[in-house]
Amino acid sequence: MKNSPLVVKHINMRYQHNPVLTDVSFSIPEAKTIAIVGPNGSGKSTLLKGIMGLEPLMSGAAVFFGDSLDKKRLAVAYVPQREESDWDFPINVMDVVLMGRHGQLKFWQRPTSTDKKIAEQALEQVSMLNFKARQINELSGGQQQRVFLARALAQQASLYLMDEPFAGVDVTTEKAIINLFAELKAKNKTIVCVHHDLNTVGEYFDWVILINARLIAVGSAEEVLTVENLNKTYGGRLSLLNDLTERLYRTNLDKVHDE
Amino acid sequence: MIADIWILATASLVAISCSMVGVFLILRRMSLLGDAISHSVLLGIVLAYLITDSRSIIAMFIGATIIGLVTAWLSNSLHKLGKLQTDASIGIVFTWFFAMGVILVTLYAGKVDIDQECVLYGEIAFAPFDTIIFGGNDIGPRAFWVILGVFLLNITIFILAFNRFKLVAFNSGMAISLGVSVTFWHYLLMTMVSLTTVASFDAVGAILVVALLIIPASTAYLLAKSLKSMLIIAAIYAELSVLIGYALAVVLDSNIAASIGVVSGVLLMITVAVLQWQKKRTPVSVF
Repeated sequence: MKNSPLVVKHINMRYQHNPVLTDVSFSIPEAKTIAIVGPNGSGKSTLLKGIMGLEPLMSGAAVFFGDSLDKKRLAVAYVPQREESDWDFPINVMDVVLMGRHGQLKFWQRPTSTDKKIAEQALEQVSMLNFKARQINELSGGQQQRVFLARALAQQASLYLMDEPFAGVDVTTEKAIINLFAELKAKNKTIVCVHHDLNTVGEYFDWVILINARLIAVGSAEEVLTVENLNKTYGGRLSLLNDLTERLYRTNLDKVHDE
Repeated sequence: MIADIWILATASLVAISCSMVGVFLILRRMSLLGDAISHSVLLGIVLAYLITDSRSIIAMFIGATIIGLVTAWLSNSLHKLGKLQTDASIGIVFTWFFAMGVILVTLYAGKVDIDQECVLYGEIAFAPFDTIIFGGNDIGPRAFWVILGVFLLNITIFILAFNRFKLVAFNSGMAISLGVSVTFWHYLLMTMVSLTTVASFDAVGAILVVALLIIPASTAYLLAKSLKSMLIIAAIYAELSVLIGYALAVVLDSNIAASIGVVSGVLLMITVAVLQWQKKRTPVSVF
């Protein structure tokens, strides 16, 4: 893939001398939604942080649009896990979203009226414009997540890397995120999410990367989400898997019928 | 009377400068590191005295800043390499440096013009006697001019780089992802903490400077709606602590710095109590 937004080459990562990820390599297609899926502690979030340079790589590299991250910083927007932020921080919604513009500004510059318009548009896209003057500690979990998404949108990136955007959000937010994904894809943007809910992977994502300390499988959702691959990823310790495989089987049947 | 004004002016600048860097320490959850730096700079000050054999302010600032940054760096390295917990490694480094500082002070007591009591508790009441002569005129206490310089430097840096400090304090991962060097802004903040604590040392001593770094900023954290308002509220609480604390010291004929520390704690407790009382009166709506 020549124009791949992200190519990961032989990444190895450790946490205090223990290997977390071993020799992970893949490349992803443009204008798709891509899920990184694996059990707890499989290194999904660590992989995303390693790719973004937030955690050190032992070896390997991540290439963005054929370049290093430093050259493509602003084309790549990162959405941290909601729990990793201090939501009692004294700041309002608009100021958080404006942080998406800080990458373009020199340290002494203040956001311009154009920056503010872009931030408001981003809030509109996640239906949070009415909350722009609200303190962030007055928001629900889903609203907090949408503020983080708006922050990333304000950056006007081409590739979005999100750490568990669906974790602990309400139905409204879940729908808002799905709609947003569709909008972004239509604009040729690529979305990579760490995702933990196997029930929704096939529905929400075009591509899947299965991880458990190493790469298990990567490819289109239909190709990758097989019983064999899921067993390899979750090591058969999932009763949920049985339900899931049945459901997968059913949806595949439905698809066949639909066609 | 003139002496009172110099003391109040010096104490106010000390308290406000400390509270402003304190705001960023609180928001970055690094108040212990502020505590650490304010103690270990003693080693830097003593080393500067011994090496330059003078009371040069510049040498003192350089010595203290270097030791302050080494404290931040070494405790971080101990945590990462030695697998020690963050708070443990900070505790190790600064007590160690402070102990070395104390030993040097006692060893070279004749040579170094530092009084142990003064190091620990500060004696702002003596500040007006140590004045600077500029162009043949007595322009006021050295402690005042030193802290004024640091205060103006802090204000300039915070105003210039306000958005960077805000971003790094809010979410360092987000900052890194935007290409902002979190390391640079971290060590710049640590430099400012070092300079501020050195400049405050004469006045309030190594222990009470911690109170001024942490307490007004913590009170402001409970009330503020924005970073700007947190800085202003912290400064107001700091100034109130100075005014009430000074009055208390006069009435009780006690140590001024300690009285300021006591008052800032009392103001924090009152604020917490009032907030709790308000919470009880207005039931929190559940979504």
